[in-house]
Amino acid sequence: MTNHWIDIRNSDCILIMGSNAAENHPISFKWVTEAMKRGGKLISVDPRFTRTSSKADFYTALRSGTDIAFLGGMIKYILDNDKYFKEYVAEYTNAAFIVADDYDFNDGLFSGFDAEKRKYDKSKWGFVKDANGVSKRDRTLQDPRSVFQLIKKHYSRYDLDTVSAITGTPKEDLAKVYEMYSATGLQGKAGTIMYAMGWTQHTVGVQNIRTMAIIQLLLGNMGVAGGGVNALRGESNVQGSTDHCILFHIWPGYLKTPKASQPSLAAYNKKYTPKTNDPLSANWWGNYPKYSVSLLKSFFGDKGTKANDFGYNWLPKLEDGKSYSWLDLFDAMYRGEFTGFFAWGQNPAGSGANANKTRDGLAKLDWMVNVNMFDNETGSFWKGPGMDPKKIKTEVFFLPCANSMEKEGSITNSGRWMQWRYKAANPPAQAWPDGQILMKLGKTLKYLYKKDKNAVFPEPIVNLKWDYSTHGEFDPHKMAKEINGYFLKDITVKGKKFKKGDLVPSFAYLKADGSTSSGNWLYCNSYTNKGNMAARRSTVDKSGIGLYSNWSWCWPVNRRIIYNRASVDKQGNPWDKKHPVIQFKGKVENGKYVSKKWVGDVPDGGWYPMQNPDGTDRKDTKYPFIMKPEGHAHVFGPGRADGPFSEHYEPIECPVKEQPFSGQLTNPVAVTYSTNMDVYKSDDPKYPIVASTYRVCEHWQTGVMTRWQPWLLETEPQLFVEMSTQLAGSKGIKNGEMVVVESARGKVKAVAVVTIRFRPFDIQGKTVHQVGLPWHYGWVYPKDGGDSANLLTPSAGDPNTRIPETKAFMVNIRKA
Amino acid sequence: MNVTRRDFFKITGASAAGVAVMGLGLDLKPFKSHAQTLKLRFAKETTSICCYCAVGCGVICSTGEAGAGKIINVEGDPDHPVNEGALCAKGAGLSQLANNENRLTTPMYRAPYSSKWQKVSWDWALWTIGKRVKKSRDASFEHKNSKGQVVNRTNGIASVGSAALDNEECWLIQGLMRALGLVYIEHQARI
Repeated sequence: MTNHWIDIRNSDCILIMGSNAAENHPISFKWVTEAMKRGGKLISVDPRFTRTSSKADFYTALRSGTDIAFLGGMIKYILDNDKYFKEYVAEYTNAAFIVADDYDFNDGLFSGFDAEKRKYDKSKWGFVKDANGVSKRDRTLQDPRSVFQLIKKHYSRYDLDTVSAITGTPKEDLAKVYEMYSATGLQGKAGTIMYAMGWTQHTVGVQNIRTMAIIQLLLGNMGVAGGGVNALRGESNVQGSTDHCILFHIWPGYLKTPKASQPSLAAYNKKYTPKTNDPLSANWWGNYPKYSVSLLKSFFGDKGTKANDFGYNWLPKLEDGKSYSWLDLFDAMYRGEFTGFFAWGQNPAGSGANANKTRDGLAKLDWMVNVNMFDNETGSFWKGPGMDPKKIKTEVFFLPCANSMEKEGSITNSGRWMQWRYKAANPPAQAWPDGQILMKLGKTLKYLYKKDKNAVFPEPIVNLKWDYSTHGEFDPHKMAKEINGYFLKDITVKGKKFKKGDLVPSFAYLKADGSTSSGNWLYCNSYTNKGNMAARRSTVDKSGIGLYSNWSWCWPVNRRIIYNRASVDKQGNPWDKKHPVIQFKGKVENGKYVSKKWVGDVPDGGWYPMQNPDGTDRKDTKYPFIMKPEGHAHVFGPGRADGPFSEHYEPIECPVKEQPFSGQLTNPVAVTYSTNMDVYKSDDPKYPIVASTYRVCEHWQTGVMTRWQPWLLETEPQLFVEMSTQLAGSKGIKNGEMVVVESARGKVKAVAVVTIRFRPFDIQGKTVHQVGLPWHYGWVYPKDGGDSANLLTPSAGDPNTRIPETKAFMVNIRKA
Repeated sequence: MNVTRRDFFKITGASAAGVAVMGLGLDLKPFKSHAQTLKLRFAKETTSICCYCAVGCGVICSTGEAGAGKIINVEGDPDHPVNEGALCAKGAGLSQLANNENRLTTPMYRAPYSSKWQKVSWDWALWTIGKRVKKSRDASFEHKNSKGQVVNRTNGIASVGSAALDNEECWLIQGLMRALGLVYIEHQARI
């Protein structure tokens, strides 16, 4: 979330699309309700009428996988009806930038497409530069090659008739949503989006969100209270685990994992440190080497020196152009590339798309380590449906772990709040905290590599800094301090003196010469000489807009609303006088600011505002979007794998032969796989029904933690499939009957739930049905509770993130 | 009179206390208030954050007198500015996660081609896993790729998980796996 949970109350219009907050993030809805009490409107857009829909001021349905068409129509509406926030768009976004001649778009394809490699050459999507190498801008937005004019042209095709024909949403409903939401384009009004996996789990997942980001920027909703782009994250610490980058492509703090083509630390830093020729751009990533070197110092401590590149080459390099993501991992496992596998606190046999492929992959391993609180479909895969234990070689080590109340440490919520938890009870019997398992395993491996004179490349293991225990037990405080970072010698930085062993007060003090460590620069400021910031519990809200700045701590540097310098005009005055996030209160002499003082939230950089009160531009200021090399938010996003603008493409499995926006039926750079387990069926009479997966309040994820709890299991005891009365009627299925749901990859048995919450769609004149089923169940427990809905879903991925497309795929249904 | 919460519900004959109490025609307020004070009088309260979705609701765990004993109650933290004491069905049921007879409480091992689990010691499990990791890593380690570029990576082991762990544990996972040379390092955030 760019904003945070309580901030939702400040919104004038909340769009919940791609999530079902009332069901899956129930307490977040407290703040939706609070916004509604204050006059805010709630819009729910979902293929199914949900608990969220039941509370909405306006609800409408769309067919799964058509969100870009729906939102593209909103962009057209905003531009056609002058609903956009002109000053914000012209000054703070790259709408004024002039796009180079190489950029083009034709019949669903952007320029630079290589049909053979199914890949774009993104260099074709550049900007025109002036003599100083700065992008040319036309702040009047009139230049025909300005981003603004190109957006207008691109989305001009998204008219109500065409959008309605492909989404199945009635035209009048589209118009109503567009009108309600775009009213937040007025200065002082804020609209917010609450989305989750309903938007991400698509082969156009990133572009779904980009389309909304474009809308938010056009309406001036970024950086302001009650605005933002807000992902409702589904796991208690999925924000933190992402920040610490348990992901193939990034190192802690969103640094890049090095590639084979970067043989030295210098080459690596050069590649990933962006440059700008614009003196008004902060270009924050220009600090990259300070963060990468400090991270390496946390990895290897004293063993990493300038002479050995701080241990840079002890860490693994990715092959250039190769992906090692979840889908690729299980594809490689299925093809027999691994002998060993760890599954920590996760149940991939139920959670990943195309679960049959995953389960077969597990049988090809020599060994697997599964750490969990309960028996699950991954650890026990060898005795699952269709498996013969006598033929499965995989050794399994099943390690029992503590739950969250049985250990101490921090987690980071969706609003980026890092909150400390204390230990309430001891784990049962021999269950251990995961931190303790990791420390002990690390020590065992260090011992094995130290004593073997012929060990292969032992340096990274032997030299890994691994001193996070106290009296033989994992000590989360030691790790939290290392994540924050230390000064490693007596030093003066920015005029302040620090001693060796002092905790670094914030990332502005990190150094690229090896004199500081920081396990994650984004968390530098979380555990300082002043103490453990995440443990703070002040219930005082001085801001008046619900920031609660002294409750816990939030990254970066306790900034509660990011991009907040876009919440003020060029002179530092809040657009929204009732909900100011920050405000400039410097002294004024002769119409000029002469001293610096921001009040409110921690500003995105403490520079002077862009202008003085007399309207003259300042030279000692920076543009508000400090993480972008040119300081402007990207309505034109040339960094994406599938185009600088979004475009409607059908899901890899869809119910149509063609779509009205172009001749490209599906995302031309979507990721698919080619093993015998990877089958995809579109517009096939055998699988005519659109399906989606979802969750219920009473269970969580694959159900590993909730299926074993009697209260929760009693409320939601087994797998069901929800369908319309029309579909059920056409197949003679009655409510409560057992049915088989089948895709080209697998099948599950489920109880039919026949409701009016689903309605048939009219898609290009044809009736299309959609069904939905939760993915919380598995064969291990309860008996006859059903198996994972992911047995049905395809291994198809978004080209940017490679997230699987589990929210739109094709099935059929029959009586069991 | 010593009345536990469970006894109280037995008396009222329903878990939806309010309605049932009225039906009995008795004034059960003293029972109710006494049941509520038991927790406060003898328990130690520890604050935590709910382990399910990422709203990050505050909870208060009450444990037996000796401190890190058995969890006897989990409820919403009224001081927490996000949830203000409220919890959803999962959060409200947290005590069943803590006290659950289905928990795995000892390391288990499944041998190749075996049809059953066997209990093993932590020492044996960690030592054996260590040896398996070393064998797989050393056999699949690639110093240079086909272009002769230094890659120093382990191709034969993969790791997934976990967004369910604490931040400090997440750092340890990525640290250890990267030191081992793994490139296939993923978790819930990808899916």
